[in-house]
Amino acid sequence: MRKLIGLILIFGFAFYMFTIVAAIVIPSDSSEKKSVGIDILQNSVRQTGAANAVTSIVVLYRGFDTLGEVTVLFLSALGIALLMKGGRSFKHKTEDESFILKTGSHLLFPFMFLFGIYIIAHGHLTPGGGFPGGVIIATGFFIVLMTSDVFKFRDYFLTIIEGFAGLSFIVLGIVGLFTPEKSFLVNFMNKGVFNTVFSAGIIPLIYAAIGIKVSSELSGAVGNLFVSKYGRRSENE
Amino acid sequence: MIYMLFFLVIMMLAAGVGIIFIKNVLNAVIVSSVISLGISIIFVFLAAPDVAITEATIGSALTTVIFIIAISKTKGKYSEKKE
Repeated sequence: MRKLIGLILIFGFAFYMFTIVAAIVIPSDSSEKKSVGIDILQNSVRQTGAANAVTSIVVLYRGFDTLGEVTVLFLSALGIALLMKGGRSFKHKTEDESFILKTGSHLLFPFMFLFGIYIIAHGHLTPGGGFPGGVIIATGFFIVLMTSDVFKFRDYFLTIIEGFAGLSFIVLGIVGLFTPEKSFLVNFMNKGVFNTVFSAGIIPLIYAAIGIKVSSELSGAVGNLFVSKYGRRSENE
Repeated sequence: MIYMLFFLVIMMLAAGVGIIFIKNVLNAVIVSSVISLGISIIFVFLAAPDVAITEATIGSALTTVIFIIAISKTKGKYSEKKE
């Protein structure tokens, strides 16, 4: 019965995917529906100074939605921390990870960290931004966690960083209330030279805050899940 | 490009059918990340690289990570027993 339900879901998915592919192959002419998109594409560079229009939508045009998303993520991480808290360190019961896997993962972690920082810092120039970069950093953290024999995990430091990043996001938004535009999340800083790293006003600062917040939150959530006293994998102190 | 897209869709469908019939839970989770990978490549063809990066990192990496943690917590060492 469960396999039957799964197959029905897969047939629905197949219908959906082939519809999308057909829509790519046969382009439909619906220029009236895209008027908002055309407007943003024409004006976003002049209004925000960011080369990536998607970033200017996420951070400035719909910045309040992004604040809500960050809050949702914070609440879910808080729930994980409340439910799964317990252990502070773990030792693997069986140590059958190979030497190559352990060394390779520890060697890979700095590069993944650097790549995540690159994705966050170039969010307003190239595709990417705070959310994917934070997830990449958290995944690198998880790889180290998974292949270590003994790992001590303390989340005080992560909690402090996370709170600081969230607070700086809100403060950057509130500063906009004291500018001549008098609204939340106004791009009040100098826009700078187009298509350079230090440009687009407050967009890189907000994306840096989001990236730090997401990476520390998800690292803390993954660490809390992994070190938790519930389950069979870990031996707690 | 159209053959590439149909190849990706068929690969994702094969992965979806495979998940139902695979007994080992860890293998099923790894196969399920193939679906996210395929859909992120389709997003690149749809000229949406931002969504593609987010889908590749969250759907393909973080979801697999959460599932692996859950499996390792519930059934001992990677649930080597069949079902």
